[in-house]
Amino acid sequence: MAAVAPGAAAQPSPSSTQVLEVANLQTYFYTRGGLVKAVDGVSFSLVRGETLAIVGESGCGKSVTALSLMRLVADPPGRIVGGSLRLGSTDLLRLDEAAMRDIRGNRIAMIFQEPMTSLNPVMTIARQISEALMLHQNLSRGAALVRSIEMLHLVGIPEPAQRAKEYPHQLSGGMRQRAMIAMAVACNPEVLIADEPTSALDVTIQAQILEVIAKLRRELGTALILITHDLGIVAETAERVIVMYAGRKVEEAAVGRLFARPLHPYTSGLIHSIPRLALMRRESGPADGRLLEIPGMVPALSNLPPGCSFAPRCAHASELCRREYPPYEEKRPGQWAACWHPVVGDSGG
Amino acid sequence: MAALDHAAELEKAGANVSSRFGAMLFLARSYPLGAIGAVIMVGFLATALFAGAIASFDPFTINARDSLAPPGGAHMLGADFMGRDVFARIVYGARISLAVALGATLLGSLFGVSVGLMSGFIGGWFDLLVQRLIDIMQSLPLLVMALVMAASLGPSLTNTIIAIAIPLVPSVARVIRSNTLSLREMPYVEAARAVGMSELRIAVSHVLPNTLAPLIVLATAQLGSAILVESALSFLGLGVPEPHPSWGRMLSESAAEYVRTAPWLVIFPGIAISAVVFGTNLLGDAIRDMLDPRQRC
Repeated sequence: MAAVAPGAAAQPSPSSTQVLEVANLQTYFYTRGGLVKAVDGVSFSLVRGETLAIVGESGCGKSVTALSLMRLVADPPGRIVGGSLRLGSTDLLRLDEAAMRDIRGNRIAMIFQEPMTSLNPVMTIARQISEALMLHQNLSRGAALVRSIEMLHLVGIPEPAQRAKEYPHQLSGGMRQRAMIAMAVACNPEVLIADEPTSALDVTIQAQILEVIAKLRRELGTALILITHDLGIVAETAERVIVMYAGRKVEEAAVGRLFARPLHPYTSGLIHSIPRLALMRRESGPADGRLLEIPGMVPALSNLPPGCSFAPRCAHASELCRREYPPYEEKRPGQWAACWHPVVGDSGG
Repeated sequence: MAALDHAAELEKAGANVSSRFGAMLFLARSYPLGAIGAVIMVGFLATALFAGAIASFDPFTINARDSLAPPGGAHMLGADFMGRDVFARIVYGARISLAVALGATLLGSLFGVSVGLMSGFIGGWFDLLVQRLIDIMQSLPLLVMALVMAASLGPSLTNTIIAIAIPLVPSVARVIRSNTLSLREMPYVEAARAVGMSELRIAVSHVLPNTLAPLIVLATAQLGSAILVESALSFLGLGVPEPHPSWGRMLSESAAEYVRTAPWLVIFPGIAISAVVFGTNLLGDAIRDMLDPRQRC
């Protein structure tokens, strides 16, 4: 049973309409190797039409955060153990599985990383897009097909009526990812989660796909959560950024502010590890023209140090860092971070 | 190095094929053994469907005068002890073989697919239980299993189909289960979940169609074994009862007494059984090669 009719959350309110609120989300994995706190106390909110980027290294909990929002974390071993997820006025964590199925693909949808394997090889493109429509909007097969072709047109697939009848192997990687996007936005969701939507594609196609996603966001007013490790994409697409490290949120700010003046040494390290033309021409930066890297590796999530998880890799780390986890607080107006010794001055670029 | 003849190479790759008939011809040239199998199977099907038009004699008519008539003459393949035309009985027997083979394979596949899909998808203790049951069933040879089933159900056409279908279930269930186990981890299954599909719907509309290729190969192979087992059951008197002409019973009726005096009573039904089983095997092998992309050029 669907407790709340679709679209109920999209009612205009005086302030900007908040579509999603995540508070203190905790997703733990109970494994043979011990307790893995893949997502530990992550909070954020999202307003209509906004783009929020979640960045971090592999294994920092970005994807598990995304799956938690869909309540698709495999159980066992994973479980959402705490926090709340509110989509409009619906508390997602209180829904039963059937009600959650009504939400998935309808009010909150997801684009996956692998366009090559995320489409069923034995079903036509149109059938796969139609499924969501028939499931959530009670369309007949014919009406769903017409709508699927419209969606394919919307995501910029040429000759959509012809393409709709084809199988995934007849489409290129970029076309498949467009089809995946069409599938995700078919029911006009309030929140769209894109988990590394372009990492499997080459650079020219990446730009096209990001353009498609941006266009849909403008036209449909969908709020977008963009999960990526590519800071270039973040700078181009997102409005706000959350930096995650070892399952925790370490910094959050508007995109310009974050790139210009990162607070957390980890964020600063990430930004400095992007290759830059000026650096390569040796006009600035270290004299040998090498990229800066963050030394060390992400610690095992099942065995985190007691203090700040980044302390073992951090140049500024003190005894305090190793002993106690820093509070997450607003260090500058609109810029939050969890760090005892935030970076000062203009260190980004 | 001599210059390549592009036209000849293209022709070899099948580029000049345009019509449906041309495509069939190309396939036949690529898989000659499979084509032989297909021809045998088409002949078998046609024989079963148009038995009345093919046989000039009635398979049930008893005629004492023609008892044990040798081949040639009025009876093309001779007549049995009761003077019934052997050719007509083989032609009509194709119907029985076809009904049993198709019925048993379809029924066995239906159960096997449901059991395998559920076992692979639900997993856990259910999977464990089902797989141990299948282990038990597979520990008995197909024929022995079918014998037990047939003996307990009693001889009739439907019972023969059931008796052969049930022993076919385990192998189908195994194949479908192992495929399901790998398919359910595919990203498109996760994507289907993200669209809000229920597990049952995912199993039926996303996983099942992907298991059809191995199922077709297996079913073709089982068609042959079903025919063989039916003949064996009828040979032992547990299969399709009189007066239906069954190839297996035609053998058993004459094997003991007439194998020396009237060998045509044994040879021709034997050839029929061998040819059809041979045909299904050739066709099954060719289909397997065709569906296996690693062997496709």
